[in-house]
Amino acid sequence: MANDPSSKNRIDEATGTEFVGHEWDGIEELNTPLPRWWLWTFYICIAWALAYTVAYPAWPMISQATEGMMGWTSRGQLANEMEDADLARKEVRDQLAATDISNLQGNPDLMQKAVAGGRAAFLVNCVQCHGSGAAGSPGYPNLNDDDWLWGGDLATIETTLKHGIRQPGDDMTRFSAMPAFAGMFDTAQLDALTEHVLSLSGKGQTSPAGAQAYADNCAICHGPAGEGDRMQGAPRLNDAIWLRGSTKADIQQQILQPRMGVMPSWSGRLDPATIKMLAAYVHSLGGGEDFAEAQVEAPVTPVDEQAE
Amino acid sequence: MNKPSKLPAGHVPEKLYEARKAVHNKRIDGPFRRFKWFVMVVTLAIYYGTPWIRWDRGPYSPDQAVLIDLAGRRFYMFNIEIWPHEFYFVAGLLIMAGIGLFLITSVVGRAWCGYACPQTVWTDLFQHVDRFIDGDRNARMRLDAAPWGPQKIARRGFKWLIYLTIAFWTGGAWIMYFADAPTLVREFWAGDAAPVAYATVAVLTLTTFAMGGFMREQVCIYMCPWPRIQSAMLDEKSLLVTYKDWRGEPRGSIKKAEKNPGEYGDCIDCMQCVAVCPTGIDIREGPQIGCITCALCIDACDRVMKDIGRPRGLIDYATLEDCEREAAGEQPRPAWHVLKHPRTIAYFLIWGSLGIALLFLLGTRDHTSLTVSPDRNPPYMLMSDGSIRNSYTLKLRNMVGRPRDMEVSLEGLPGAVFWTDTISSDQAARTQTFTVKADETQVIRAYVMAPDGTAQQEFSFKVTTLDDPPESDDNETRFTSPIGE
Repeated sequence: MANDPSSKNRIDEATGTEFVGHEWDGIEELNTPLPRWWLWTFYICIAWALAYTVAYPAWPMISQATEGMMGWTSRGQLANEMEDADLARKEVRDQLAATDISNLQGNPDLMQKAVAGGRAAFLVNCVQCHGSGAAGSPGYPNLNDDDWLWGGDLATIETTLKHGIRQPGDDMTRFSAMPAFAGMFDTAQLDALTEHVLSLSGKGQTSPAGAQAYADNCAICHGPAGEGDRMQGAPRLNDAIWLRGSTKADIQQQILQPRMGVMPSWSGRLDPATIKMLAAYVHSLGGGEDFAEAQVEAPVTPVDEQAE
Repeated sequence: MNKPSKLPAGHVPEKLYEARKAVHNKRIDGPFRRFKWFVMVVTLAIYYGTPWIRWDRGPYSPDQAVLIDLAGRRFYMFNIEIWPHEFYFVAGLLIMAGIGLFLITSVVGRAWCGYACPQTVWTDLFQHVDRFIDGDRNARMRLDAAPWGPQKIARRGFKWLIYLTIAFWTGGAWIMYFADAPTLVREFWAGDAAPVAYATVAVLTLTTFAMGGFMREQVCIYMCPWPRIQSAMLDEKSLLVTYKDWRGEPRGSIKKAEKNPGEYGDCIDCMQCVAVCPTGIDIREGPQIGCITCALCIDACDRVMKDIGRPRGLIDYATLEDCEREAAGEQPRPAWHVLKHPRTIAYFLIWGSLGIALLFLLGTRDHTSLTVSPDRNPPYMLMSDGSIRNSYTLKLRNMVGRPRDMEVSLEGLPGAVFWTDTISSDQAARTQTFTVKADETQVIRAYVMAPDGTAQQEFSFKVTTLDDPPESDDNETRFTSPIGE
């Protein structure tokens, strides 16, 4: 250590390494540079980063970032991926578009794919009103049960989907109106009528006054026994299912100041294949009507119906 | 291993890395070498040949004896077919293989490392290639030291080409286990095979080329965890390749021994044990991690001892316990003695009972299964007539290679009937029949309808096959209802 501390080429005897020339209280720094490979990797990374900011959107400007030479955008990437996904489904969609909905059940494989596609479309477009399990809520019909306002076979469901219910601006929409009876009945008459409506499904006590009021005002649409009329979307009153509740107050409210729901028409918003898929899905929920058995393979033979 | 440092304090070595010293092991013949040949032939034949064995399973299943069908999620092994949910058989087999290794280690030490480990077998194979192309130990050492010239380049190129061929063959054989072998070979050469097939072959070719051709004993010494685990499993009753130093030391040549009778031990320091060692160690330094117990040094030493007329077994398989007895002058005990080891017996019992349990399960397992999951959204559905409907997803598994009719019925839940997504509600009944395709799972949406007033309760779906002998399975599930229990 007899060397002049300012000399740059002083060598540390123990390690044979040059000193840098810095000294703090006798502790000196040795010149041990970064490994060459590390340094080069670092430089390459810098070069790569610069090239990257040129090629891809990177530098923030006043209104938006630089666009990048490659024209890449995250939205564009999403659009491409969606396009690829659409292309992958194209075969099924084309097949669906070419199949008449009433023949769909004859092709179990296509039906299965339609149901799967319909489930996805349902979760995007329908759950807001009908619920994620399609169980509905007061005022929004439950699609799992066997009670249909307008009919529950595939073609009817498709028509309802296409044109909606009470959709303004759609000429073919399903339309029905329950008249408001506010002011038409006194309290006793209203009570008797309500009781009669409940009695149709075995829940209330009928009376001559109630039966008369029903026959005069309601039977024309809802039927003499409350069986409803699907032609005009008049709900069945003699079953266990009540769209807007089965208490007396609920029923009276619906008689005096009826509320009527609107189902949007989907024909402009969804393509025909998706609408078919949705119809197939809704039909598959367990309440589907006019069930056509698959003609292929015929694996189904019910036996022993009297078991237990 | 470390020599005491004679360097001055503060010296820093120029390199912290010690280059590998190439191992050029000498050819040797002897009982252990022949056993190694035998094991090599058998293991390689199993590896390369197994995918080509055919096995007739009828028209619905593949006819390859051993097939891991990842896409179809089936594992075929001769007349055994494993479905994904039966994967515990494979897990059990792997556990048995693990305990089997413990068992082998407990009886005969590192026999797996010495004879059957793929790294050992392929290293051995590649070392034979070396010998075949470049000659035996001395010729190879000369060639190694020689400067690079046209002849050396040609030799090395040819040798590496053979390495690469073996490596490619090894990688190619691997993928045959995952698809129909003859079809895959055709597709592979026509360029129609899946990209993953080519990638797998490429990776396995490269790893075999590198690990068998160049890394060799370094894999055992530096990479493989098994020697470390084994060193914890060996004890004074484990068989090890041992240099009997009490008999061999001090070493001296035959001439020296003739001059000073009684001064020297049996080891004449001929270095043959080192020359033949495939990992390049000197067994006379004692048990060490580099020793894979291939016993080639025993062959070498026995031959030398025979030539110079001294008794064989200066290097021999021996337990530490026996070594101590022998060093103390007692008679060697017979070889079967190593079996009288509580640990060996315990491993054997565990291994054996696992095997019997797996065989029992395999023999008694059902080939029909039913699982049921109830819909949770909505949990139940009120129907027009007041009855209550629940929906379920049934999975009917037909785990045999022919289509079967199966009868699904409701157990419990009085008055309930069911229909499905393929059976109309008009035909609702308590029992329905389905034809499940060969070797497939049929997913069924079942709608169970119970009369008005049915309370929440447990019930079961039961499946019975309509063939002979009938099999059945049931699955309990819940019927949800607005009426509590």
